[in-house]
Amino acid sequence: MSEPLVIVGKGMAATRLVDELSTRALGRHAIIVIGAEPRPAYNRVLLSSVLAGEVDPADIELKPAAWWRARGVTTLYGGAVASIDRAAKSVTLESGLRVAYSKLVLATGSHPIRLPTPGMTLPGVLTFRDLRDTDAMLAAARRGGRAVVIGGGLLGIEAAHGLARAGMRVTLVHLMDRLMERQLDARAADLLKRAIEAKGVTVLLGADTARVTGDTVATGLELKDGRVVPADLVVCAVGIRANADLARASGLAINRGVIVDAGMATSDQDIFALGECAEAGGVVYGLVEPAYEQARVLARRLAGDTRAAYAGSTPATNLKVSGVGVFSAGDFVGEGKETVQLDDAADGLYKKLVIDNARLVGAILIGDTRDALWYQELIRDNIDISAMRDDLIFGRALAMAA
Amino acid sequence: MMHGIAPRTVKTTCPYCGVGCGVAATPDGRGGAAIAGDVDHPANLGRLCSKGSALGETLALETRLLHPMMKGARVGWDVALDAVANGLRRVLDAHGPDAVAFYLSGQLLTEDYYIANKLMKGFIGSAHVDTNSRLCMASTVAGHKRALGSDTVPGCYEDLDRADLLVLTGSNAAWCHPVLHQRMMAAKARGARMIVIDPRGTETSEGADQHIALRHGTDGALFSGLFVYLADGGFLDRDFVAAHTRDFDAALARARSIAPDIDATARVCGLERVAVASFFETWARTPRVVTLFSQGVNQSVVGTDKVAAILNCHLATGRIGREGMGPFSLTGQPNAMGGREVGGLANQLAAHMGFEPENVERVGRFWNAPNMARTEGLKAVDMFDAIASGRVKALWIMGTNPAVSLPRADDIRAALRQLDLLVVSENVNSTDSTTPNAILLPATAWGEKDGTVTNSERRISRQRPFMPPAGEARPDWMIMRDVARRLGFAGFDYNEPADIFREHAALSTFENDGQRDFDLGPLATLDGEAYDALAPVQWPVRADGTGEKRLFAKGGFFTSDGRAKFIAIAPPDVAELSSAFPFILNTGRVRDQWHTMMRTGLSQRLGAHRPEPFVTVHPDDAARAGLVAGGLARVDSAHGAATLRVDIDGGQTPGTIFAPIHWNDETSGGGRVGALVHPLCDPFSGQPDSKATPANIAPVAFARAGFIAARHRFAPPAGFWAWRPVDGGFVATLETDADDAAILAALRSVGGDGDELTLRDEARGLFRAALLRDGRIEAIAFLGRARPIATFAMVADAFGAERLEGAARRALLAGRAAVADAGPLVCACFGVPLNTIQAAINAGAATPEAIGAATKAGTNCGSCLPELRRMTRALAPA
Repeated sequence: MSEPLVIVGKGMAATRLVDELSTRALGRHAIIVIGAEPRPAYNRVLLSSVLAGEVDPADIELKPAAWWRARGVTTLYGGAVASIDRAAKSVTLESGLRVAYSKLVLATGSHPIRLPTPGMTLPGVLTFRDLRDTDAMLAAARRGGRAVVIGGGLLGIEAAHGLARAGMRVTLVHLMDRLMERQLDARAADLLKRAIEAKGVTVLLGADTARVTGDTVATGLELKDGRVVPADLVVCAVGIRANADLARASGLAINRGVIVDAGMATSDQDIFALGECAEAGGVVYGLVEPAYEQARVLARRLAGDTRAAYAGSTPATNLKVSGVGVFSAGDFVGEGKETVQLDDAADGLYKKLVIDNARLVGAILIGDTRDALWYQELIRDNIDISAMRDDLIFGRALAMAA
Repeated sequence: MMHGIAPRTVKTTCPYCGVGCGVAATPDGRGGAAIAGDVDHPANLGRLCSKGSALGETLALETRLLHPMMKGARVGWDVALDAVANGLRRVLDAHGPDAVAFYLSGQLLTEDYYIANKLMKGFIGSAHVDTNSRLCMASTVAGHKRALGSDTVPGCYEDLDRADLLVLTGSNAAWCHPVLHQRMMAAKARGARMIVIDPRGTETSEGADQHIALRHGTDGALFSGLFVYLADGGFLDRDFVAAHTRDFDAALARARSIAPDIDATARVCGLERVAVASFFETWARTPRVVTLFSQGVNQSVVGTDKVAAILNCHLATGRIGREGMGPFSLTGQPNAMGGREVGGLANQLAAHMGFEPENVERVGRFWNAPNMARTEGLKAVDMFDAIASGRVKALWIMGTNPAVSLPRADDIRAALRQLDLLVVSENVNSTDSTTPNAILLPATAWGEKDGTVTNSERRISRQRPFMPPAGEARPDWMIMRDVARRLGFAGFDYNEPADIFREHAALSTFENDGQRDFDLGPLATLDGEAYDALAPVQWPVRADGTGEKRLFAKGGFFTSDGRAKFIAIAPPDVAELSSAFPFILNTGRVRDQWHTMMRTGLSQRLGAHRPEPFVTVHPDDAARAGLVAGGLARVDSAHGAATLRVDIDGGQTPGTIFAPIHWNDETSGGGRVGALVHPLCDPFSGQPDSKATPANIAPVAFARAGFIAARHRFAPPAGFWAWRPVDGGFVATLETDADDAAILAALRSVGGDGDELTLRDEARGLFRAALLRDGRIEAIAFLGRARPIATFAMVADAFGAERLEGAARRALLAGRAAVADAGPLVCACFGVPLNTIQAAINAGAATPEAIGAATKAGTNCGSCLPELRRMTRALAPA
């Protein structure tokens, strides 16, 4: 008889885990997927494309219902898990439904962070996390007017761009002196800023939010230097926090996320975690690629491969703003390492590679990201690039033609 | 005035060396012209060398000076001419005629020269008119005049066809007079012997039967030894000596004291006895011998005596002015001879007359001149010393570049800044020899100029225009005429070159009556049409209008007693070396460049033969000095320094090094070899000794190497570089210590504020940058730390593209789109590079003819045949 495998969460990590399991150990587990949102799992990465009007919401569904059925997966959508009974090895839904598990996987994702400043809960203030947020932003955009997006990271830039595409006058405010400072160096950030501005977004750097103005609804954003940016819509996109609520309540070891070992097991060997809620090797990843890698490892483990181990991911970022390719991976600063830089700012192009000991260890691509995956592989697989060193920065086709 | 401009073929004369080849130019109607050899011209019979063949590539206006300039700003002609006249007047009033000087060029036409000489020596009243011919032919002029009584080349080119022995001394004719060299090689093929006397192995010596690699500066001793051998061996023409010469005994006695026999000659000249004996015996027993000489003889502290030593041998045997025999000076410039005819040198007055009182009086009468110069003026080197010391306050330079070509070139440049008035008449908008305060006057260039030139065999040919003047350029004669008129001088009412030529011819025959060799009598009455149609003719011109091929076979020298004079020469003067400067620096030309490259530097084909200034070193010297082939060397003398590419060649005499003269500070970094040359001059001719400067050589290295290219030449960062033309611009190999910022700043100086593309890889020392405007490359640089260095071939296609975008733009700094470098150009006419020739040899081509059949290399001008011959030997597959 199949062991009951309960997956809490139905996002991209959970979907990929099911996919991996179904190829490695189809039928070994009786899989039950529990999701709080009432709709099928969708590709969260494409929310900004939906916002930008480039993709229809219906098209971002990850897998159709038939796909789940074909794999014998039981899906329980529209009800969150209220608690875990580790001793009884069961979870209880808010509806009261108890579901027993042999193995439990937490794929609960993350919460968007709202700044702890006044006015953040006023109507007209949104985060940018799920399809509901996207729907609300699109609705606001249809009314026109002005929007302020707080946060010059990946999500904030995509939100700002999407709102501008949707017809709003958008100001992007960012605390730091450059955009995407955790993924880009100053040169790349500057090019990105110019590209974003060329798309009609006003960018304010070094802008520290004091509060959202307005009594009953948000009317704008006040900065600590006293400037006020009027706005009909405020989007707070300053980051995410791992959703470890259930784990915490269940007494699992947590830090910034649910702590997992190389086999993706939590402090309870029958409970696993992956994706944005998990902290693996001390790192909580906020990106989809590490979640997929974790899903692959966990699926092998659950299929009985005890050697499968997750050794961490090379963080890689792809910005999805049409016409503004941005990619960052690995050690993009390259302090004390060799760097190669190709700069054609007028053409919106900038590339930086960081090389250490004949290995590519980091990369930034602005403008032309066609070879992003290749660079990511070279970094991940620790390939000796000596033979193509001089052509590496010009991309795969040229370097491999050597 | 501009007769002959028509969209049809115009017969004119090449503006380069003194061979004076006829050129048939057919304008293409787009500012260019198709160039071919004139089959009817007796100097070349249709042949052209690589430089002449490429004339069509040098007609673009990009580097031309197109309007008058004062203090760097454009002005109208009237303003400029007034300023020149007023400036001259001020200096004349304050300091007198002695404070005014003209420095002219062997590239001026005879008509230009005539006006300059007349204006100066008859009206301004100074004889400070000298020319760059001082660097070229002055020792021959002095040598001819001392021995023959006149500056006369006794023979003609046909003698080369008729000779049984051709002796070249101090001449790399294969590179410097290629068309004549081909003619001599044809004679050799018919059975004539060729002996080359040169301390340096050259393309010319490669093709000869014998190469006599004598010690620098000992040519006089060698010919003294020959003189003695002729006398002692009974080879003299005693009748000729008795009837037509004087001072034989004294000259022979002096020769005997210098080189009494073969052994002594061999010792002095640093030669094997057998080489000397065989040369003497061959020369003595071959009546039909032509001894050709050029800069190796002239550019020497004993140049005039070297000429004398050669003439002594020909006079002693009566081998002068007879078919297939005679001494033969090869002239370096297209119209050095015309300048000499006019008298455009400080130690000549006019029309082969000197400063004897009766000549001064005669010319003064002819010109109706108010203010005749009565004594010799300052020769080039002295002239610039006088400028430096403040004695000369006003200088007018026409068509030459003394701050590159004169010895101690750095001092010349400094001296120019001392002047109250500097006027520069030029084709190009920038030479090294200007200052910020100079008045720049745009002169017409070859293809626009209208007048006559004279070649090495005394043959006067027309240079005819086939294009309109560029911009506001005017002929030099017209510019000087208008200044003369502004100065209030009468006698400058010329309307066209024919007016001037008639007066020049009239002066040559004025009260001549056979007293002077230079006589154009019948040409003094040419009308405009006849002048336009003038066929090449040798002087002296006979009454029937035909020219004299040869002079002096029956005596008739232009001395007071009609006898030629044997000269007792000074012993050889060998350069003094020290431990600080242990090498002898020899200078000269390369095949495909001419002078300071103002014209040849614009031709792509010509730039590919020897793209960089180099120094040739013997392998033993190179090993001792730590020099490697293809590396860089710093060459120092007491006067300056140059940085040059090292060329190691077993043909170079140990203890000597050779560097070409062509590069200046606009075309190269550190390649201006003139800065090193010592200012020692021949005591008779005042010609500088450019062939034997004591020097030192040491390896030098820069941190990074690569190339730079741009649409226009610009000043790259400090280091070693040399521009050469490519499609759509110029490229230079660059070796430098400059950092990325300095390189980028240099690119911006030419590329402006275009799009900047950069590639930096500090760990590899790599820096590549390009400036693009509207997608087109304005300037580009590839620099790295190590060899193999980046070459222009990597980006040649992209550089040629009108617009780079997408993948092509993104791959630009990869430099990967292009094919492998094909190696240096060997055949300039057909653009055949080394690797193509190597491939032909590998495929079995064993002779230059076979290579020619396979690749066309060497089948046009033949200039590269010696190189091909050497390659068939050196590169033959094992």
